[in-house]
Amino acid sequence: MKRLQEHFEVHDPNLNLIIQTSIRILVPFVQLFGLYVIVHGHYSPGGGFQGGVILGASFILMGVGYDLKKSMELFPEAWNIAMANLGTTIFVGTGLVCAAAGGLFLDYGALSNWIGIEPAAWRSLGIFAVEAGVGFTVTSVMLSLFWDLSSRGELDGGL
Amino acid sequence: MIWQFDLLILTLIVICAIGALSMKDLLSAAIIFGIYSFLMCLLWAEMGAVDVAFTEASVGAGVSTILFIGAILGTSRRSKD
Repeated sequence: MKRLQEHFEVHDPNLNLIIQTSIRILVPFVQLFGLYVIVHGHYSPGGGFQGGVILGASFILMGVGYDLKKSMELFPEAWNIAMANLGTTIFVGTGLVCAAAGGLFLDYGALSNWIGIEPAAWRSLGIFAVEAGVGFTVTSVMLSLFWDLSSRGELDGGL
Repeated sequence: MIWQFDLLILTLIVICAIGALSMKDLLSAAIIFGIYSFLMCLLWAEMGAVDVAFTEASVGAGVSTILFIGAILGTSRRSKD
């Protein structure tokens, strides 16, 4: 405990030990719940958008409890951009692969022309891929919205 | 649907909306807007739209309150007029 206090005193006396410790305990559970919501999106309420917002909120929570610099250290801006683009690529790519397999855009059942699982199983897998793509994009876009709003677009400090 | 619950939640929603609009302090208005979002989430869940309620709870009450607070940081404490 003494080491933890020294760690915080060295960094910035204005930052609060209690808030930061509770955020550090809380964030893994929030992220686990966000991933659960994304993965169970096609059985139960929830899905890519809601799970992505919860995942993004966990990173925003770290940005609120520490500061913008620490937040951008933990989840660098280049990774953020890469994650947003990866999610969009997964979404559009799934749709285009379905179109290439002989169906319509995002018509997952058509993938059974290539690999002979039944169309119902392909629809379940396809909706999961799309949900994962939406989740990635929403996570990173929520975090970058927070960065831009709290630092007025400068990305150098604030909140 | 239970109409007593509907009436109670709707009354609280209207009170919160009027409070958020008439509040001078922007931070208080943002927090009351978060309460409004949670009540709206309760109303959706009570009407059976669980997915919409989930979205309202995560986006309306969680992220948008933080975004409002981040935007309020760019304003000054008192208005000039």
